[in-house]
Formats: sequence, C-alpha cells, structure tokens
Amino acid sequence: MSQSSESFPLQSQNGRAVSLNDTPALEVADLEISFPSEAGVVSAVRGVNYQLRRGEVLGIVGESGSGKSVTAMAVLGLLPETAQVTGSVRLGGRELLNLGDKEMSKIRGRELAMVFQDPLSALTPVFTIGSQIIEALQVHQDISKADARKRAVELLDLVGIPDPQRRVDNFPHEFSGGMRQRAMIAQAIANDPAVIIADEPTTALDVTIQAQILDVLKTAKDVTGAAIVMITHDLGVVAGFADRVMVMYAGRPVETGVVEDIYYEPRMPYTIGLLGSIPRLDDTERKALTPIDGNPPNLSALPVGCPFQARCPIVVDVCRQVEPVLERAGSDVHHSACHRAGELVTGSLPVDEVYPVPEIPEARAARIPRDQRPAVLEITNLHKHFPLTRGALAKRKVGEVRAVDGIDLEIRAGETVGLVGESGCGKTTTLMQLLELVSPEQGKIVVLGKDTANLHQNERRELRRDLQVVFQDPMASLDPRMPVGAILAEPLRSFGRKKAEVFARVTELLKLVGLEPEHANRFPAEFSGGQRQRIGIARALALEPKVVILDEPVSALDVSIQAGVLNLLEELKAKLDLSYLFVAHDLSVVRHTSDRVAVMYLGRIVEVGDVAQIFDAPSHPYTQALLSAIPVPDPRKERERARILLEGDLPSPTNIPSGCRFRNRCPKFQTLAEGDQARCIGEDPSLHGLDEPGHEAACHFAGALSVV
Amino acid sequence: MAAYLLRRMINYLFLVIIAASVTYLLAAWIFHPENNWLARHPQPSWSVIHAELKARNEDETLTPIWTRYANWVNGLLHGNMGIEIGGNSVAQDMGRRIGVSTRLLALSTVIGSIGGVVVGVWGAVRQYKLFDRVSTGASLLIFAMPVFTLAILLQMFATWFNNATGTHFLYYVNEVSNPNQPFWTWSDLVDRFEHLILPTLSVSLGSVAYFSRYQRATMLDIMGSDFLRTARAKGLTKNRAIFKHGARTAIIPVATLLSYNAVLLFTGAVFTEVIFTWHGMGEWFISSIGQNDVNSVAAVGIFTSILVLVAGLISEVITVTLDPRVRV
Amino acid sequence: MSLNANALVDEAGSTDPIGDGPQVSTGRGRLVLKRFLRNRAATIGLVIVVLMFLSAFVGPDIDQWKYTDIDFENFQTPPSGAHWFGTTQTGQDMFALCMRGLQKSLIIGLVGGVLTTAFAALVGACAGYYGRWADRILSWFIDLFLVLPSFLMLSILSPWFRGKTWMILIPLLAAFAWMITARIVRAQAMSLKNREFVSAARFMGVPGWRIILRHILPNIASLLIIDAVLNVAATILGEVNLSFFGFGVQAPDVSLGTLIDTGQQDIGSYQWLLVFPMACLVVLLLAVNMIGDGLRDALDPNAQGAKSKVRRPKAERRDSTPVLTEPVTVEVD
Repeated sequence: MSQSSESFPLQSQNGRAVSLNDTPALEVADLEISFPSEAGVVSAVRGVNYQLRRGEVLGIVGESGSGKSVTAMAVLGLLPETAQVTGSVRLGGRELLNLGDKEMSKIRGRELAMVFQDPLSALTPVFTIGSQIIEALQVHQDISKADARKRAVELLDLVGIPDPQRRVDNFPHEFSGGMRQRAMIAQAIANDPAVIIADEPTTALDVTIQAQILDVLKTAKDVTGAAIVMITHDLGVVAGFADRVMVMYAGRPVETGVVEDIYYEPRMPYTIGLLGSIPRLDDTERKALTPIDGNPPNLSALPVGCPFQARCPIVVDVCRQVEPVLERAGSDVHHSACHRAGELVTGSLPVDEVYPVPEIPEARAARIPRDQRPAVLEITNLHKHFPLTRGALAKRKVGEVRAVDGIDLEIRAGETVGLVGESGCGKTTTLMQLLELVSPEQGKIVVLGKDTANLHQNERRELRRDLQVVFQDPMASLDPRMPVGAILAEPLRSFGRKKAEVFARVTELLKLVGLEPEHANRFPAEFSGGQRQRIGIARALALEPKVVILDEPVSALDVSIQAGVLNLLEELKAKLDLSYLFVAHDLSVVRHTSDRVAVMYLGRIVEVGDVAQIFDAPSHPYTQALLSAIPVPDPRKERERARILLEGDLPSPTNIPSGCRFRNRCPKFQTLAEGDQARCIGEDPSLHGLDEPGHEAACHFAGALSVV
Repeated sequence: MAAYLLRRMINYLFLVIIAASVTYLLAAWIFHPENNWLARHPQPSWSVIHAELKARNEDETLTPIWTRYANWVNGLLHGNMGIEIGGNSVAQDMGRRIGVSTRLLALSTVIGSIGGVVVGVWGAVRQYKLFDRVSTGASLLIFAMPVFTLAILLQMFATWFNNATGTHFLYYVNEVSNPNQPFWTWSDLVDRFEHLILPTLSVSLGSVAYFSRYQRATMLDIMGSDFLRTARAKGLTKNRAIFKHGARTAIIPVATLLSYNAVLLFTGAVFTEVIFTWHGMGEWFISSIGQNDVNSVAAVGIFTSILVLVAGLISEVITVTLDPRVRV
Repeated sequence: MSLNANALVDEAGSTDPIGDGPQVSTGRGRLVLKRFLRNRAATIGLVIVVLMFLSAFVGPDIDQWKYTDIDFENFQTPPSGAHWFGTTQTGQDMFALCMRGLQKSLIIGLVGGVLTTAFAALVGACAGYYGRWADRILSWFIDLFLVLPSFLMLSILSPWFRGKTWMILIPLLAAFAWMITARIVRAQAMSLKNREFVSAARFMGVPGWRIILRHILPNIASLLIIDAVLNVAATILGEVNLSFFGFGVQAPDVSLGTLIDTGQQDIGSYQWLLVFPMACLVVLLLAVNMIGDGLRDALDPNAQGAKSKVRRPKAERRDSTPVLTEPVTVEVD
C-alpha cells in the first residue's frame, strides 16, 4: 500500500525538534482488525499506519464506530480473543502483535500506559486508590510496599489531588469524576511509560474539569517525555494539544497531517464536514451549521468504493468504484484519501463550497422587540431541596442537598433561553420541577400565565399539551418495544384524539422532522441516533405545544449528526412559533442556538444576559472560567488562549460556602484586597444589572473580560 | 454502622415475630390434636382428652384460638414452649434436635458456599470450555432433581458401593451406628464422618449448583468490566486481573444470597433428615404435622424464622465487610 | 475484554439506519426463534416437553389400562408388553399411574408458573413504579413471605386442603413462590421508571396504570418469560416435594411425588416402581430448565454486558431523584 511506512518529519508543538533517525516510540503499520459477529464479519479497522516519537502527541479523531478505540486496544493487546488482527505494532522497534499475554503484561503499564474514558467504572471499586497505584508500581518494579506508597502519594500530588497523604487511602467512589481521572493518569505515568494512550479521557467530564485534566495530561507528558496518542471525537480537544492529527472514518484514516493542515486546510470532505458542523464558541455571527447527511456505513457490509460516498456532497462516479488511498495533498506530511483532493488543493473546488449552507427562516416573533412579547414561562425564587441520604444499605439523612436555591428565569414568546451549567449545578432539577407542573416547595412557576400552584388535576393535564420536552438520550427516551407510529400516537391518544386524526397527525409529524411516513412501522432500534432524536422532537410537537424544553438535545449525538438536529430545531421554532428552554452544558451549542443565556452554578443563576453580552463580555468570574475552558477547533487560537483553570471540584450542594458560593474557587477572589474578600465571604451576592440592559450578574465585583 | 445493624435487626425481629405467629395461628386453626386420643383403642373419655389438651394449651373445642395464642406467647416470654403431644418438653426436644441439624448442616453450608463460588468463578473464567460445560450440565441435572430423588439415588449408590467393595464405608441411615457409643473418641468421630458423607452430599450438591450458577453469572458480568481492562492495562496478566480484581468484586452479590439459602438449606434438610433418618428439626417437623402437634410445629416456625434472621444479618455484615461502597 | 463484536456492530450501526440502502428488517421474534433453535439443548428440551405432553394426555388412551384399573393377574410384575412400566403391589398399571402423575405435574407447573409470574409482575411493577407508600407496603409483604418458607407453610396447611381438589395446590404453590421474581421486577421497574421514555409518557399525561401496562411490563417481557419458565420448574418441584410426604395430592389420586414415595419403600427389589416415576420427573424438570436456559440466551444475548455503561459523548450523569444508589457521590444534575 502506498501509505504504508510513510513517515512524517516532525516538529513537536513544544518546539522540540525530533530527528528522523530515531526509532519511533510507537509504530503501527497496516493494522487490520475484524470481528466475527452475527451480522457477518465486522471490519473494524482496515489499514492504520502511524509513527510516533517520544514527546509527540498524535490526535486520532473520529465518530463512534470509526475504529479509533479498537486500534488503541489492539496496540495494548486487549482485544477479545475473537478479534483477528494483522499488520504490525512496534514499540521501540519491538513487534508486539505476536506476543502472548504474559509478555504483553510486562510491557503494559511499564512502557505502554492507557487512560480510559469512564473514570467511574475504570477503577476497581473494592480497592483503595492508593493500593491500585501501588499495585501498578509493584507489578513492574522491585519496590517495597512503603516506598511504593510514598511514590503513590507523590504521583497523586503530581496530578493535583489535594491532600494526597490522606486521599491515597480513599476508595474510588469517594473521589469525584475529575479526581478519579487524575488518579487514572497517576497510575498510567507511575512507571514512566514511553507511550500513553488516552481514549476519550475527558469525554465523561465537565468542561472546566476537562480543562484541568488536559492540563494534567500536559504535565504528565512533560514529566515523562512520553508520546501520547489522544483518541477523541472532539476536534476542539486536540486542537491545542496534538502535534499531528489522524482523522478516521469507517475503520480507515482518511486524512492525516500536522494539526494546522487539518484545521486550516482540510482536504477530505469528511474533515471539512466535521469542522463545519461544530458550533464554535468564537463565531461572531450566527450562521447555519453544515450537517453531514446520512450515517456511517455498516462495517459488516461496506460499499464498494469510498466508504464516505453516500454522505459526500462532492461524490463523483469514481468514488463509487474505487476506494481512495491516502495520498499526498498539499504539504508532504499532509495526506488525504479522497479522489478529489487534488481539486481541493488547487482551489478549483473551494473548501467552503463543498457543503451547501442550509437556509434557516427567521422567526416571526423575533421581529417584535423582546419587551413587547409576552412571557411564556416565569420562574420566581424557585427552590428545591432534597434530603441527602448516605449509605446504600443504611439510608439515613445526613443533610440537605440544596439543588435549586432560589432562581428567577423568564422566557418570552419566540425566544430561546439557554440554561447552562455543569453537572451538579441544578439545571436538571429545575427542569424536572417545571415539567412536573406542581407547586414548588418555595417560589412560583407560571406557565403561559397559569400559576402551577393553583392547578387542578385536569388543568394540569391540559397544560401539559403546551409544555413539552425533548430529552438528551434519544436511545433512552423512546420505548424500544413500540413502533415509531405508536410512540408518536401516544400523546395524541392520551388526549383522546380519534384514530383517523391520530394517523394523519403521525404522518404529518414524521414529514415535519424530515422522516418518511413509512417509518411509522419501524422500531426505534432501526434508526440512527440523529433520526431517533428527530422522532423525539416529533413526539414533543405532537400536541402542538407553545413551549418546548430541550434537555441537552444534541449532547448524545455524534458531531456530524448534531448540526442537522440543531438546524431542524431552529427551523421548527421559526415555522411553529415555539419558545425554547435550551438546557445544555455546552456553551458553543448554546451560543449557536440561544437568544438569551442563563449560567447556573450550585443552584443559583450567576449571570444572565443576551447571548452577545454573555459571550463577548462575560462578567461573572465563573462564566469567564467556563468560557475559557471550552476548546476551540483552531490550533493557533488555542495555543494563544490563556485558560482560567478553576481549582478543585464543585462543592457539594449540601455544604454551600458562606457568602458568595463561588468564592472558594474564584480566581478573582484571590486577587482581591482583604476588605473586599470579607465582603465575598460575608455577603451572598444577588443578581444585579450591569452596564447594558438585560445583563445581570451575581458578583460583587463583576467586570467584563474577554476570554474567547 | 452498629446503629444501622441494630435497626435492621429490629426490622427482622418484627418479621420473625409475625412469621412465628402466623405459623402458630395456622397450625392452631388447622390441626386437630384431639384426633391423637380419639384414634386410640380404647378411646379415652372426653374429660381425659380435655385434660390432656389443656395441659398442652391445645383444646380447640373449649379455648378460643386467641386465648390459646395469648397463652402460647405468655409461655414463650417465660421461656416455656409447651409440651409435645407425646408429653415431652418442646424446648428440650428442640435443643437436642437443633444439635443434630447443626451437625448435619454445618459442613454442608461450608461446602455449598465455597464449592459454589469456586465452581462458578472457574466456570466463568473458562466459559464454554470443558469445565464450564461439565459444571453447567451437572448443575442443570441437579436442579432437575428434587432433594429426595438425589438422596434416594445416593442411597442406591451406597448400597451398590458397599456391596461391590464388601465394606460398610458408606452409611445411609442414622447419625451414628450406636446411639450410646462414647462421644468424642477417635472411632466415634470416624463413625460420625462415615454417616455424614451421604447426607452432606445430598444437601450440599444443590447449594453448589445454585451458588455456582449465580457466581458464574456475576463473574461473567465482571469479566466485561472496565476496571478489569484497567488492571490488565497496568500490567497484570489476564488471570491475575480476573482473580484479584474480578473475583473479589464478583463475590459481593453472592454473599447476599446467604439469607435465601438458609431457607433453602432447611427445606433440603427436611428431606435429607427423613430419608437418612437423622432426628433433626426437619424430621421433627414432618412427624409433628402427622401428629397434629401445634406446639412442636410452632417451635419449628420460630426456628426457621430465626434462621432467616441470623442469615440475613450475616449476609449484611458480609456485604458491609466486602464492599467499601456500602460502608459508611 | 470489554469489547465484544456485537457491541462493536451496534456502535457502527449494524442495523443499517434507515435511509441508506435496502432495508432488511428482521423481526425480533424471528431473531429470538433463530437463536433459540440454534441452541441444541434448548431445542431438545422443547421436544421433550412436547413429547411428554403428548404421552401424558394421549398415552393413557393408547394404553389399555386406566390408572384406577387393577390387573388381578399381575401383582408387582416387571415391565412387559402388557404393562409397559410394570405393575404395583395392588396390580395397578405403572405406565397409567406415571402418566396420571405427569399430567398433574404438567398442569400444575404450567398454570402455577404463569400464575406466579403474573402475580409477581403485578406486585413488583406497582411497587417499583409507584414507589413511596405502595412500595413500602408491598416490599414489606415481599419480605414477610420470604421469611415464611413455602414448604413449611404448605405442609401446615395440608390438613386443611386434604380432601379438596388437587387444583387448589396451584394457587397455594403460587402464593408462596412469587416473592423473588417480584423483587427482581420491582428493581427493574424502578430503573425503568427513571428512563426517559417513561418520563416522557408521564409528561405527556399518560396515567400510571397505562404506563405500567404499555411501557414497564413490555420492556421486562424477556425477564418475565425466562422467570415464568423457571417458575414452572419450581412449581412442579413444589408439588412433588409436598406429595412425597403425603401433604399434596392424596390417594387414590396419584402424583409423581406419591409414586416416588411408594417406590422408594421397595428400594432394591422392585426398581420399576421407583425408576419410572423418578425418570419422568427428572427428565421433565431437566427439559424445562433447558428451555429456560435457551430462552435466556435467545432473549437476552447481552445479559452479561447489559450492565456495562453505554458510552455517549459528553453524557452527563443525571439523577432527578435524590435517592442515590451510589452512596457518597452527590450529583444532583
């Protein structure tokens, strides 16, 4: 194969020049992996080649099913026995693929370390963190228990675990997600490995924690000098971290190159599509995203020719006959597997014209000034406290979780309000309180002019028509045992619609969200994630609601699918005069979709304002930190951006600090004079207006700061 | 933790009281102890019968059931469990029989639990290999055999074995050869052991089969877990990762099964005791029902409920010891 | 290790998402049937049970003897052309007796197993879905019945139902066998309750009983089917256990349990009295268990991996209920 043993001269991002004569730390050549399955042989990986030198970072980017994780598992020799692996994996020149478990186990953890995605399940629940790190040390080194323990404490300290002397004896469940991932990294670097493979190491974490973990990984790289393979679906995460990027699709690399090439001069329609479908934090004007239509191909029945052909907007006849191989496209380290790469390089096919930009109609309501539109949803001083129980067997109350601790929020007709915050901030609780349509413990919820406290059973049921919800996980929100038609009919039936009417409405709804009426007989499992989310949206719209709550509607979808769903939501809002409450943790998505944004922290809204106010002049230190933590898919910008790293984790909502609840993590607090600090400690700041109308922040010393 | 266990204990105690009461009330309502005397030849006079029944607090014709229940509870509170139909003290008989049952079940419990865990773990590790197939087949077969079938088959095997070898190595009746043989001597212990082999097999084979299926399933669950992958990624060999990290975690849910197993064991012991003529609690229960003996049956009810209580507590203590996640 | 090929296929969208290429939709029923039939043991089990049904209900018509008939010329004779399974001490035909017992076991098992599972499903689903007080009360009853051993209770009750139809054994056996299934259903219902499709139905105004019938129970159907089969075996066993001690089916009627009890008294000399009923029972139970195992594999092929986390990008953990399953981590969102 032409792409095999191609080597790329390298310039490491931290400026360290790497000589070409070195033996690569890791060399993967012609790696092919297939699995037998009920549906036939699954060709999970079909020819992967890369070389990696010490200190270098390779980002492998791809959607689920692209083969990126399987490649990593093959390198570690951790694939199930049924996997058929051919090709070569060399670590420091030594072939690994023919080694048995015993020999591999001497290499794993010592020369080759791994950081996994889900830190919750990746540590053994019944052993302490310390004993697991000690084990990693003792497996490979002749070291006494006491020394190993000392080293474990050092390692925990290195990865930023506070009070490591004490924490070393904690069990994994006593650690937060971010701390577990730190412990995983500590374990990975324990034996000074030559190569660290990180498989989506930050995917399960919140964005401010993600920034911390990426920072820890950088430290780990600097301390060990290891080469890092960073596997991710998020082009933003690797932009500022990787030296080179490999984009994978359907088991193959489709574009490789140094990071700048990939982001600034993509030469493969898939990469172009991925970059165009991500909502970006640094977009100044809102433009429609360019979705990649369709779905990745079935790996057990790949089409002849290019696997991307069915989704490619510039497909030509040859794509349907010959699968393109990686060939030089532009600079000599930039390779692309596309028959039309040449046209993209010369510019005869401009990159930004590859994907047609969809037209999104403007909402009618948006033409009326905001303060003249009626409020459709008003929340005043909402509280929701839970008793905190401890112990799985002994459930006893040990405190109170102040999940929602006094929030005000207003949604006007025709607008989208983004409610943003990290896990634990109370946004889901707020949303559940809204959806229950019952009288809150404290505070008031008014939906379309009706106070939920005064509703009768029947009125409440009637009101449900007007307030509907789209959930995060399209897999979980559709009953797998019901055909789509029945799922869409359920709300209609429960409000007593006639059969013929129901049938007509189901057809109409399917068309509305871009599906075919024949799909009514299929089951949810037969649809892709994006299609399922469309069904979820159709169901929410069945009763013609006025307000729709969108609970992280795209966060479970692959990026290329996200864009289509976001565009659909935008279009429906304009067509049907909807108002949205868009709950999300991803500020880039919110920037793209919302008119107004409210930022939540520990049960309170800390800043609220128009989207431009929040993103261009964030005034609460938390908003600033949150924005600065979000990676931008732009390597140069990423390297120049100064990150505001928050210290530690979100405090427990049972134990909220006095005064300002953000003060113990607040970067601004540390710069304040003592007298000012006393104010933060003593006085709980409430939302107050800033320079521009409609922009409020709950900080005594709010001041705008540009962080994007 | 202690407070928690205490609370659980009170909850269990409550259930035990209800269960024992239900047992007593059902027996008192359904049984007709007077039949024991009415069936005698010559039939005793009713005044004699009433006197006998009154002594046993079992006169359903004269004393209303609630009064009898109150008397029974009152007796219990004073440590008096009443008198058997045969005239012996229930408490004394029970004490002796608990000893017999314990000697039968202690070994079986240990074998059943440990054997089940070992067979289950090993079956999961060697999934679809020979050992797994054989143990799966064997447990399916054992599941298909009621305890009495197994016990009878064991007896038939013992007869054949003894005939074939010309020995008396396997005994299939009684606890000891001679009830009056001196206790705790070497020959006594050997004799007891020889008597114990078959009943132990008959009780514990079922437990091994039951536990091993469960242990195999939880172990298979664990085999796919992320933390095992982590353990291997840091350099443990597959087997070491499976045994150190996998088995240690997979054993936790099995420990909680203990409470159900206690009941299971008791039911198993009923058949084993009757068939191998051990005079334990199970045999007592069967003969008491035949005799319409309310007091004895109620005593068995108390015994089994307490068994469940103790087993429940033990299983919780074990869970708390094994699983740091529930430790508070 | 945690990767398995099926998961990979799922991840890659093996189900050929609608829109590209021809759509081959294999029904779930057919897939399950295919998997079941591929399991040799399960298929054999099914064939055996069908054959036993046939011989138990058709066999007596072919045999010239009824189970009440007495052949005064043959007392305690070994199996022969006239008496396929031999005769008893009183000259009854052993084949006719065994088939009579088998009929009873089959009916008791089938009806009892289904009844047990249905009751367990109802109690468990209500406790799990409604929660709060319904859960407390129902769970308490589950605990209570768990403390009352089935065999013990039914033995005590035996003098009361002696003389009544043997059919009464069916509800009685079910009454003391539903608890563990109910517990499992309860746990499943509790987790389904927090699934988004159930919340969605609730927020659309669908009433609770309808959610249970349309969403909760259909989604644990595979579990219920498997449990029903296992409960069939348990109920058969329960009756036989009672009858062995004379607490179940009463003379002159017979059951496999009473036949084995009679047969074991002549152990060693008249083996056919013991071997035939015992074989009927063991083969029946074995076949039922094999079907249960096969169904489990066919309905729940990923049961082993079912607990492994679904990977989703940027998935947030959410717990809208404050009752935390993880003991110390407090995550409200």
